Amino acid sequence: MNHDSVANILLTTILPGNFVLAMFLGMCPFLGVSQKLSTAFPMGIATAFVILVASVSAYFLNMVLVHFHLEFLSVITFITVIACAVQLVEMYVKKAFPELFRQLGIYLPLITTNCAVLGVALFQTARQYNFTQALAYSIGGGLGFTLALVLMAGVRERMQLSNVPTLVQGAALSVVIGGLLSLSFMGFSGIGGGE
Amino acid sequence: MSAITSFDEFLNGLWKQNPIFVMVLGMCPTLAVTVSAVNAISMGLATTFVLGASCLLVSLLRNSIPKQVRIASYIVIIATFVTVVDYAIQAISLDLYVALGAYIKLIVANCVLLGRAEAHAAKNPPLPATTNAIGMGLGFTLGLFMIGCVREILGAGKLFGVSLFGDHFQPWVVMVLPPGGFFVLGFWLIVIAAFSHFSSKRNAQLKGVQL
Repeated sequence: MNHDSVANILLTTILPGNFVLAMFLGMCPFLGVSQKLSTAFPMGIATAFVILVASVSAYFLNMVLVHFHLEFLSVITFITVIACAVQLVEMYVKKAFPELFRQLGIYLPLITTNCAVLGVALFQTARQYNFTQALAYSIGGGLGFTLALVLMAGVRERMQLSNVPTLVQGAALSVVIGGLLSLSFMGFSGIGGGE
Repeated sequence: MSAITSFDEFLNGLWKQNPIFVMVLGMCPTLAVTVSAVNAISMGLATTFVLGASCLLVSLLRNSIPKQVRIASYIVIIATFVTVVDYAIQAISLDLYVALGAYIKLIVANCVLLGRAEAHAAKNPPLPATTNAIGMGLGFTLGLFMIGCVREILGAGKLFGVSLFGDHFQPWVVMVLPPGGFFVLGFWLIVIAAFSHFSSKRNAQLKGVQL
């Protein structure tokens, strides 16, 4: 059993153990949808919601799997549940915010293959979190993901105004910016007891 | 004739459309497990196996999977092979299993796999689909290895666990920490962009001379 306090887990996953910048989960949307603040923020919230749903369902699923000694099925069941949750979010966004739906494009269904979502389900199982701990972990993870995405989008909006050498433009530039953000997030290590 | 084209298909994935450096896909394992060269290679080979096996199966079943549920079916196929690899690595080397951690299971969420299944394996017969998948997988392994080597040499002064510089080497610790992953990947992306930029310039010049 794991004894980390809820506040501890929440702070750790948002700042020093940030999913994107410290654990490299969810890199595809981090590099793909971070061009504009106006899409980065809703994308972060949508992903945070899916992470929450996935985490809660993974918790109960895991209880069932452990009860029947079927742990080897965990990956398959988790990913199936996540795919369903994503489908739900996609339908809702399409109906309620059609404009946003067009802007997010392919990246919305791709939340299914976002490592952050599956990562939460797997890590909380591996660390044997109880229900409240798992909840804190998933909420912190979602907020941390949104924070990283918004920060990245802010920096990239600024970069469009500056004169960047042609060779560095594109993926290389975003990766290096990500590195600098990650470096600055290391300054938070120690908050929340660290990993 | 067919041998040549399938070899082309293979090379295509290995370098021309390298999943890491050209398509910039599958970034999570690329950055997370490339702390050492050994980790990088084993992760790459595990991914290659899953990619090859699932593309073969997807290609064999391509006419019987209904269009509406294809993504879900692909994911279940991929997840099955990932579970196999996960348990195989646990049985072969416990150290490696601990080092790679949950990232073996996270192969499921690697965009390269779903991308290949959807874009190539679902439209091609088994042989070219598998060759392409294995080429892509080895290209992925090559990319991981290139990043892993740099990070291990700079961050720990070692390669494959063998010390390179003697005792007085001061390791560049940030290279094995998360930011190092970003910086080394950025470095390789810039080097490759520069390389292709200059070679295309030279090709253009050569053409100009011939004309």
